[in-house]
Amino acid sequence: MEHIRLPKVENVRLLDKVSPRRSRVGTFYLTATHSIFVEDVAGVRNETWVLHSLVCSVEKQSATASGCPLIIHCKNFQVHHFVIPLERECHDVHLSLLRLSQPESYEELYCFSYKPNVNDEEKRQEWDFLDLKADYSRMGLPNSLWKLSPINQHYKVSDTYPADLFVPESASPPVIVGSSKFRSRGRFPTLSYYSKENHAAICRSSQPLSGFSARCLEDEQMLEAILRSNPRSDFMYVVDTRPKLNAIANRAAGKGYENEDNYSNIKFQFIGIENIHVMRNSQQKMLEVCELRSPSMSNFLEGLESSGWLKHIKAVLDAGIFIAKAVAEEGVSVLVHCSDGWDRTAQVCSVACVLLDPYYRTLRGLMVLIEKDWVSFGHKFTHRCNHQVGDPKEVSPIIDQFLECVWQLMEQFPCAFEFNERFLITIHSHIYSCQYGNFIGNNQRERIELGLRERTHSLWSYLWTNQADYINPLYRPNHSQTQGLLRPSTAPYCFKFWRGLYNRFDRGMHPRQSVEDYLSAIQEETQQLEEQLASHKQKIAQLEKEQGWRSVTQKAATFDKSPTAWVRGNDLALANTPQDYTGGFITSSPCQPKAPDSSLILLPKDLNQSSETSLSNGSDQESGIADLSCRSPLSEDSPRDPDSDEAAYSAA
Amino acid sequence: MEFSDHIKTANVEDVVLRQPLHPPSRGTVCITGHHLLFSDREEGSSRQVLLLLRNIDAIEKRISGSSGTITIKCKDLRVLHLDIPGMEQCLNIAHSIETLSCLDSVSEMYPFFYRPPDLSLHNQWGLSSPEKHYSQIKELHDKWRLSTVNSDYSLCPSYPPAVIVPKSTDDDLLKKVAKFRQGGRFPVLCYYHRKNGMVIMRSSQPLTGANRKRCREDEHLLQAMIDGSDKGYIIDTRSSQQAQQARMTGGGFESKSSYSHWKRLHRQMERGKALQESLIKLVEACGDESHNMDRWLSKLENSKWLSHVQTALSTAGLLAECVERDGHSVLVHGSEGTDSTLLISTLAQLIMDPCCRTLEGFLALLEREWVQAGHPFQQRCAHSAYSHARLQQESPVFLLMLDCVWQVWRQFPLALGFSEALLLRLANEVYASNYGTFLCNSHQERCALGVTENTHCLFQALLRPMERDYYSNPLYEPTELAIWPSVHPQSLQLWRGFFLRWTEHTRQLEEAQEEIRNMVIEWGKLALSDALSMNT
Repeated sequence: MEHIRLPKVENVRLLDKVSPRRSRVGTFYLTATHSIFVEDVAGVRNETWVLHSLVCSVEKQSATASGCPLIIHCKNFQVHHFVIPLERECHDVHLSLLRLSQPESYEELYCFSYKPNVNDEEKRQEWDFLDLKADYSRMGLPNSLWKLSPINQHYKVSDTYPADLFVPESASPPVIVGSSKFRSRGRFPTLSYYSKENHAAICRSSQPLSGFSARCLEDEQMLEAILRSNPRSDFMYVVDTRPKLNAIANRAAGKGYENEDNYSNIKFQFIGIENIHVMRNSQQKMLEVCELRSPSMSNFLEGLESSGWLKHIKAVLDAGIFIAKAVAEEGVSVLVHCSDGWDRTAQVCSVACVLLDPYYRTLRGLMVLIEKDWVSFGHKFTHRCNHQVGDPKEVSPIIDQFLECVWQLMEQFPCAFEFNERFLITIHSHIYSCQYGNFIGNNQRERIELGLRERTHSLWSYLWTNQADYINPLYRPNHSQTQGLLRPSTAPYCFKFWRGLYNRFDRGMHPRQSVEDYLSAIQEETQQLEEQLASHKQKIAQLEKEQGWRSVTQKAATFDKSPTAWVRGNDLALANTPQDYTGGFITSSPCQPKAPDSSLILLPKDLNQSSETSLSNGSDQESGIADLSCRSPLSEDSPRDPDSDEAAYSAA
Repeated sequence: MEFSDHIKTANVEDVVLRQPLHPPSRGTVCITGHHLLFSDREEGSSRQVLLLLRNIDAIEKRISGSSGTITIKCKDLRVLHLDIPGMEQCLNIAHSIETLSCLDSVSEMYPFFYRPPDLSLHNQWGLSSPEKHYSQIKELHDKWRLSTVNSDYSLCPSYPPAVIVPKSTDDDLLKKVAKFRQGGRFPVLCYYHRKNGMVIMRSSQPLTGANRKRCREDEHLLQAMIDGSDKGYIIDTRSSQQAQQARMTGGGFESKSSYSHWKRLHRQMERGKALQESLIKLVEACGDESHNMDRWLSKLENSKWLSHVQTALSTAGLLAECVERDGHSVLVHGSEGTDSTLLISTLAQLIMDPCCRTLEGFLALLEREWVQAGHPFQQRCAHSAYSHARLQQESPVFLLMLDCVWQVWRQFPLALGFSEALLLRLANEVYASNYGTFLCNSHQERCALGVTENTHCLFQALLRPMERDYYSNPLYEPTELAIWPSVHPQSLQLWRGFFLRWTEHTRQLEEAQEEIRNMVIEWGKLALSDALSMNT
């Protein structure tokens, strides 16, 4: 490929983040889609794969005696620190990576070259797996109050909206078109969620083009129609998710917000979520804190505070709660908008849905929700996730914040969600990886033009096929936490730093044992035992029938306390080594323990190959080496999978 | 003085109790010598709140018109409000609480009166003794002996009568060493590492003073401790500057010239008043209702509590690393050897020794390293985070230890045999208890007051079948390996179960723990019945 200036560099070192003195030497290969580092150890196949579409930045530092450092930051928050012997080589690799990680056209994206072993029929089924119409009919739509409008069939009214939209029964095409002309990018008020219990709805739009005094009769009629389709309510909320100052500033540009005097029976409310630029900077600051090498507790907490990240997460969740309560408790419909209605509006509507409807807390439900409020309503994934070279000011972690809100809720309600943290993290990875077609493009129209359904694969069906990896063993559909509206606390102390995402690849920071995996093993075995027991009972009944009951001396029944499906101790043996408590005082290589039994635990087969590192911080597992013999939950069909660091995760 | 002298009004009716997680209720308040009893008089419900007066850390009273409100702030961080009709009654109740909640005389405290029907005073008191501990570790007997030189507490008032010391040191030598160590706390063995025969000893600081006094016997004792090994480590829980300064007041440290085979490592650990203030600030931050994220994070940081957790765990990690991985014996001390010394020796044992991770093993560890080793509980736990009283000797070292153990449990949820509920229970009991276990400051004091004869033992009570079930970790999977905690800031968390215990937030997390327990029980039952049916 023309962008690869140097396909192979030898004697490259990959540094360990925790203790940079510990490094591995190997060969660095550049391919069209991945960079691959292969460690030079006889008999061991340790490889680190870096997917180019996940590369966020490549930084070449000035050369030192030991070589030229090349630091690769990835969008999944992994950081690779290579040292390349010659500056010239480093320069070439740097330039190649810069180009390869910034595709100039859609055609270069990984999803178009990713070819798992599925036939066309299966591929079509992949894309049919989620059906938004089915979700609307689950809500009870269409009905006498809301109808499916064909008005945007060819994306004529709003080119960033989906083709299928629900509008109030009484909203006539002229009203819709008129209203759309009064809204940024033609994004007129339309339905996002409908509560069939009390007819309250969440609607979304962009800001009105009200300027200082402009009015639009059709827009006013549109809101009136929305209000009327909730027969039990005599007013509705209009929520502007921006800080008031930002909204006022927009008026000068001929945009702005609704004047309460012009619209009948609306209650107008600002909510104050910051814009994409603030969010981008905030996450950047937080990531800098995450990457500090051995920070003190104070460094960390001060950094976290000054990044403002958790404050923004709280703002999004607060807004979601406001809307969810209006719908569930007051039975009042809400119209939500921000400026364009594809960032904050998407966040707030989808958070409200998670709070309101237990369905969206299931595996399938969350996929539907992302497909509905984010993908179909035109969250600009290509721009926000920087899928291809573009304006850096358009990049912003808006979807990250939504996923984090869900995670924060999961932390507060451990039994209320069918999926686990791994599910959110996997979705996050693939939003950025461009491996699947789901998050390519900025809106439905673009996706259709790109022919993504025909040419790429869908993440949703992949996740569904592998759902066993993503089930929360504590989930109980009938648990009191699971029912109806979630009422989270938004006291600041309820918000935690999401280590699992932002420090995902620093394995040393994570719990060394997973309650969740243990419970899943138990759950699996409970099921088996139930079946076994049933069959035993059947046999006994049969025996009794055939030969009459003979008393059998009962042996003391014993059973091993561990579930057999649980691979004991593997994580402990590998990853459990002392931290840097010493501040470098024990400088000699760690002594072999005098008695060998501290490493007695048998290593599971597939991890054997790195057993020699078991005493040296298990670094292979920590830095996300693709252990190819491990089963990879991310992509079984591709043997050369960049993300199979997940394997180490699931083995732990 | 009789308790009744302090009780002018014993009963008040028509009182409204407001407490977290419950709707307000109306009923009768009754004050006894040791308790505040509230009983609900609503039809059909008979809710009672029985509060040990000792558990009350501070009260505030507000009189308005003819009635008053007493706000009761407990050492377990619960805050209750009583709306009491009648100003005089309100003042009387408040006065009784103020007086009775901080009686100084140990023998008047509730453990001396607590007589539950299912416990007998003739039961064994405590789980183990230094004698039993010694006899259990056969490997020790070659080179270590049990000395009863302190049987009359004359060498060290805060040590138990029997201690484990190197065999090659006789009692006369110990007497001299005791004079060279603050409070007489000469180096004694507290842990033997079976995997490599290395040990942890603990002591107080040597009294070298400004003119660098030496003590040959002390040097000999330390040498005997590492007999046959090239070197040992001394972990001093003060910074080297603090250790230098201690010489001005008669204390000091082991100098390289006199203790040539020892390498000193200094780790500055917060102690005493600073630690107490840290707790006060943290609790204050948790009670902040401003809903402001910046303010919360800055208060959390400012309290420094998590920094203390980090330091304690990393110092304990260092200690364990010296023993387990570097293969050397270690002597630990700070200044008095009754606080941070015990904190890190406890945590290091938890990290290294699988025996300390069972329910019994952990309680026995606490008994050895805190109760018998002479942690001055009465002084340290006289007050908790709400008290307005002037701070004296209070310091939440034991609570900090529990928090660190909780962090280890979070990181190794299958490796400990006990549950978070046990840690919470201990955090309560240490401040206010029905049991005698945490009374007094030393073994000597407990003997003098007849604590073992006249009170019940908490540790024994926690091992009764019902309690044992409740305090066991359903997910426990014993492992022989050391469990090395991560001390990255990202790995350490606020102990919500304790500090935010009285919030709705924590209740949902408790439900999840309940769910986990049920799952394991369900699976256990099935596995058992499956095993049974296989055998028939």
